[in-house]
Amino acid sequence: MADTSLSPAEARQSAERIKTSWFSALLYRSEALRGYLLMSPTILILTIGIIIPFFILVAMSLWTRDGFGFDTTLTMANYARTWEEPIFGALLQRSFWISGVATVATILVCYPMAYYVAFHVHKNKMMWIILMTLPFWTSYLLRVFAWKVILGYEGVINSGFMSLGLIEAPLEFLLYSQTAVIITLAHAWAAFAILPMYVSLEKIDKSLLEAATDLGDGPVARFLRITLPLSMPGIIAASFLIFIPTTGDYITPALLGGPDGAMIGNFIQLQFGPVNNWPMGATLSIVLMLWISAIALVFLFVTKKAQDKIA
Amino acid sequence: MKNDAFISIRNVNKYFGSFQAIDNVNMDIGEGEFFSLLGASGCGKTTLLRMLAGFESTSDGEILIDGQPSADVPPHHRPVNMVFQSYAIFPHLNVADNIAYGLRKHKLSKPQKQEMVDEMLELIKLPGYGKRKANELSGGQRQRIALARALILKPKVLLLDEPLGALDKQLREQMQLELRALQRQVGITFVFVTHDQEEALTLSDRIAVMSGGKVLQVDTPEGLYEAPTTREVASFIGNMNFFQGTVRRNGSSEAAIETQGLGSIPISLEKVTKPDGAPVQVALRPEKFELLEEEPTGGHFVSAKMDKTAYLGERSHYYVTLDGKSEPVAVSSTNQFVARDDDRWKEGEPVWLSWSPEAVVVLDAD
Amino acid sequence: MSARGDTGTYIKRPNRPLQIYAVIFLIVLYVPVLFIPMFSFNDSIYVRFPLQGFTLQWYAELWSRDAVWAALFNSVKVGAVVAAISTILGVVAARAITRYRIPGKSALVTFIMMPLVIPGIIFGVALLVLLSRMGVPLSLYTVTLGHLIVCLPFAVATLLPRFEGFDPSMEEASADLGENGWWTFWRVTFPMVFPGVVASLLLTFTISFDEFIMAFFLTGTDATLPMYIWGQLRFPQEFPSVLALSSLILFISFILVFIAQRVGRMGLEDA
Repeated sequence: MADTSLSPAEARQSAERIKTSWFSALLYRSEALRGYLLMSPTILILTIGIIIPFFILVAMSLWTRDGFGFDTTLTMANYARTWEEPIFGALLQRSFWISGVATVATILVCYPMAYYVAFHVHKNKMMWIILMTLPFWTSYLLRVFAWKVILGYEGVINSGFMSLGLIEAPLEFLLYSQTAVIITLAHAWAAFAILPMYVSLEKIDKSLLEAATDLGDGPVARFLRITLPLSMPGIIAASFLIFIPTTGDYITPALLGGPDGAMIGNFIQLQFGPVNNWPMGATLSIVLMLWISAIALVFLFVTKKAQDKIA
Repeated sequence: MKNDAFISIRNVNKYFGSFQAIDNVNMDIGEGEFFSLLGASGCGKTTLLRMLAGFESTSDGEILIDGQPSADVPPHHRPVNMVFQSYAIFPHLNVADNIAYGLRKHKLSKPQKQEMVDEMLELIKLPGYGKRKANELSGGQRQRIALARALILKPKVLLLDEPLGALDKQLREQMQLELRALQRQVGITFVFVTHDQEEALTLSDRIAVMSGGKVLQVDTPEGLYEAPTTREVASFIGNMNFFQGTVRRNGSSEAAIETQGLGSIPISLEKVTKPDGAPVQVALRPEKFELLEEEPTGGHFVSAKMDKTAYLGERSHYYVTLDGKSEPVAVSSTNQFVARDDDRWKEGEPVWLSWSPEAVVVLDAD
Repeated sequence: MSARGDTGTYIKRPNRPLQIYAVIFLIVLYVPVLFIPMFSFNDSIYVRFPLQGFTLQWYAELWSRDAVWAALFNSVKVGAVVAAISTILGVVAARAITRYRIPGKSALVTFIMMPLVIPGIIFGVALLVLLSRMGVPLSLYTVTLGHLIVCLPFAVATLLPRFEGFDPSMEEASADLGENGWWTFWRVTFPMVFPGVVASLLLTFTISFDEFIMAFFLTGTDATLPMYIWGQLRFPQEFPSVLALSSLILFISFILVFIAQRVGRMGLEDA
């Protein structure tokens, strides 16, 4: 074999020349240290962008407005207000109601679609998946705006139906209502919600269904006894993925909700805008997060109990 | 343990959290040796290999490669190369670029690199494959490319992590012979990890049998097979029959072992050092027994009853029951003189079992 | 009723109602958005039926508006920076997550992914509070920071499958053959995750380009394109121009995301 610059003596020399510093040695030994070093910029961003702001938010929620500044004495006054003044409770309730209905509607509408692509599409599956999810990656603002165009007083539905002679006067209930918000939310988040359900359905081992057929189940029984329970994790994930972000939404209620469809998000945004009561805004944000966590925990608990019963 | 060993592993321990993967391992590997680490999954052999490569550090102890301590030397500075179990062929490079991958640092000219790559391709019997895309090749071909990629750097040690595991039986046996020939040809120390005992026996100069992070025995293939030092090693490699017994000494001139099932067996004094009355085990390989239809006139024998027979083509396995032993004894013999429809041995019939005391292995009692 | 698929697919008999449902679903999913381009060509200041005739005036008119160009450049600037940084961080984070045993890893991953599930308004508000307490004025830089938080989970989510599907012995083999961490990354890791990198760049750019919530809270005097649109929504006579602008944005976003998805799924067995 052709001998090149790899003689044993040289190789040994180069090995000896390597003086590993104590830090390199430490890095070599500790995988955890290497990992953390790699993650450090990310951790830095997370700290600046999430952790520290969160703490300051909590701090601010304990302050109160004082003219144009803040009275920094710690007090639970804001929290007390949210508890006592009925408007906050009502807003929260309405927000959860709207989000809840939108979540249920979205899941009901999207599940058959997810089922179709998972079970009935054999060619170009990727194309279907891309088509299903593409709208979600585009501007949320624009998609909400689209619905404003559709549902408006002189919008697509009204003007379309009128020019077709189906109705005589524009339908007023379409816009600036809870319904408008729910429809828009459901449509906007459909593309996002469908993914976890699809993944869950896709993962189901088809041989399980064949076995069930072999043991005498018809299609409905197969669906109820095997497909549905096995796709539950996807349904639960999708529920969270829709419910949690939509409770705090304020673009949709701002553009389409009107007074009836206002949600807690609008209120929070007001506190940081015209009302200029930042501590209150902070408090409302924290309260919203606490309520979301509580609802999520209850939901998880209930579904777990239900799953244990089924299994 | 020679002090001029090429690779020295001294009192090495390795912990993953609270799990001890390597337990006080000591081993010496000679230069140019084909050395195998043999054991079941999870015995620590791959961990030990990775410590030689530098992908795991030792918790305690040290490893010396060609006299140099390897602690804190990262893998890319070690004179050691590895063939991975999955081969790890780079899919975005063609065959020639894969093989020449490690040459980048050595600042060779293009023609020099090309010459070395071509030589390697000849060596692994894939001439002209340079321009092919790496993922278009079969498992056996990729394995050879992984070998070439490592050997081209002329490492002092080549580590192989179960390289033949993914190949089918015929290909594997062929590759075993080629690997052995290759090792002899290049003269590099090979450290080979496998769970297949036949493979280890075929290829190795010496084998280290490992279990539970410990080294049970390091020996040549014949040594491990004919003279295992523990029951675990004895039953790990091949099949083994075990008989419980007690040492009987007559002063210091003679020794025998009183066994359950085989009677009293005279033992040479080198094989047994325990005092009179000490419990021991005696082990005999199935092929060391001879089956006879009639009572033999001399030698050591015992009467038995044929329990089951199994015909395996090249040889047959027989299971006979003895008085004094609860489990049947496995006997194996080639079918050199057996033709069709030869049902010499009928189940349930009395037979005679004969053996030679020299083939007996003495082990500590359980 | 039962169908034994021979290629592993279970159902061979097409389900007509379900097929029709799927098609209707896609139509309903896309049509609302398609109204925007439709009316952007409508020769009328009113967004309603019946259509009045085809015109390009709303697009032409955008061309001369300085505010639009300014907002566009701002969005592109922010988007590019956000794409670059979040992708780099995503690569590094995805590698650390898949290759290293790190104590507290799942907590870290949860934090990274939080913006996906927590209402955006909370992040926007929290950052606003922090920045104002620190005395940092709002500007495109603060918007960039906000977008980073939002885009990072998407970058990581795009790159994680790439690293997971990638035999770790490849990098070990490279190290074994003499390359240190840096060279191993460029010669082996990067080429293998490259489709994911491209997908992440495109995706995060698009998300940042379209992002409104963080921009709303964290914008100073320079507006991004969505902020500009929001401002224009107050004036009904501006609706057609807004439609035209929105159509352009939608068009670009669709293309970018489409490419990102195709590239991102290249070489992965299943999504």
